Amino acid sequence: MIRVVLPPHLRTLARVEGDVELDVNATVTQRSILDELETRYPMLRGTMRDHVTQLRRPLVRFFACGEDLSHESPDAPLPEPIARGSEPFVIIGAIAGG
Amino acid sequence: MSSVRVLVGTRKGAFILTADGARKRWKVSGPHFAGWEIYHVKGSPVDPNRIYASQTSGWFGQIIQRSDDGGKKWNTPGSTSEELKSPDGMPKGESNKFVYDGVPGTHQWYDGTQHPWEFKRVWHLEPSLHDPEHVYAGVEDAALFESKDGGASWNELSGLRKHDSGPKWQPGAGGMCLHTILLDPQDPQRIYVAISAAGAFRTDDGGETWKPINQGLHSEYIPDPAAEVGHCVHRIAMHSLRPNTLFMQKHWDVMRSDDGGDSWREVSGNLPSDFGFPIDVHAHEPETIYVVPIKSDSEHYPPSSRLRVYRSRTGGNEWEALTKGLPQRNCYVNVLRDAMSVDSLEPCGIYFGTTGGQVYGSADGGDSWKPIVRDLPAVLSVEVQTLP
Repeated sequence: MIRVVLPPHLRTLARVEGDVELDVNATVTQRSILDELETRYPMLRGTMRDHVTQLRRPLVRFFACGEDLSHESPDAPLPEPIARGSEPFVIIGAIAGG
Repeated sequence: MSSVRVLVGTRKGAFILTADGARKRWKVSGPHFAGWEIYHVKGSPVDPNRIYASQTSGWFGQIIQRSDDGGKKWNTPGSTSEELKSPDGMPKGESNKFVYDGVPGTHQWYDGTQHPWEFKRVWHLEPSLHDPEHVYAGVEDAALFESKDGGASWNELSGLRKHDSGPKWQPGAGGMCLHTILLDPQDPQRIYVAISAAGAFRTDDGGETWKPINQGLHSEYIPDPAAEVGHCVHRIAMHSLRPNTLFMQKHWDVMRSDDGGDSWREVSGNLPSDFGFPIDVHAHEPETIYVVPIKSDSEHYPPSSRLRVYRSRTGGNEWEALTKGLPQRNCYVNVLRDAMSVDSLEPCGIYFGTTGGQVYGSADGGDSWKPIVRDLPAVLSVEVQTLP
């Protein structure tokens, strides 16, 4: 079970409270997590990565185990604690005012 | 008894203001979509319970929301639990997918260089006059999209963006936005749009081909003041009984056309400033129009710090200041282009919202005003539904 922490605005949009728990039946990567997340919550499509290019939106960041993985390959395997579910995959909106 | 529903989009959510036909006691609901920018909220003229909202964020992009019960419950179209997945398991909901048709190409950037077309947000939603499932969206970077399935999916009417003049279009200070969509009630094939800063355009074939309609506009701030495109049109208004007569608030100048936009003439007359953003037409008097003069393009607040709506009963040129109930000193708010609307009660009600978070209403055609709410986030848009 993968745990995902969404930023507050996306929790509201997806109508979830707290962490999201996902089963990912593939190597656990940014892409496989986002694919499953968008399948479960279609309203999140386009909010974290572009609909067409699938590139991360500029003001969205991905963290895991205290590391900023925003610039890692979306197909790179994520750390074992993420795959085990002992640590969450954290999606945040960049601190940029507003 | 008739009632009105005022749909307010703000920098931090949407609000719905309701009152009976007397328009004296108001209920306020919201914020809906708290914390998100709501550029526009508008109801279908065919089914007033069908309301579309443009919810947007610099972080998370564009969302389209839809209500089928007059604004009580909202959903992203095509994303309800019953219709989550297609047979192959992938989500169907693509209500926030605005993808330009073909290779997007380039337009002119602020410095005169060419810049790629990039989708940013939906500025304006215009529901069809005939079908509640059919709705148009004016977007930044400027293009026109339509949905025929209640907002679940969107397709670009790309004949507009692919007009020969497209590479000459340039962004205004607020971005290169398509902010005005007017549907001709007498000719379903005719649509008017306006873009900052490209100008006004018209189609007579349902959106396949488009023609710039800027003859008579004069803009000193562009290299050729009478160019075919490049004018910063802020808003166009039309009365449903006279769709060939259009009223325009340009960056500077209030303009009028009586031939469907083929030619324009200035009707600024005695306004204290002819800079401004919104313009609207009285519901029952096609020659009565309203503007809110703003001091200048660099000082976006009322002249003399007095908030005054100006009314012309002669279709322009002769204007009277409407001040009763509006702040007449120390007022430095702005009224944005989509933030004025009228109801169709008798007498006609006028409403506008300010960047200071006030929404003012007049139940007597503008003679007197009262704040309905005073302390909302900055108001981006105001639309009114008159309900039976």
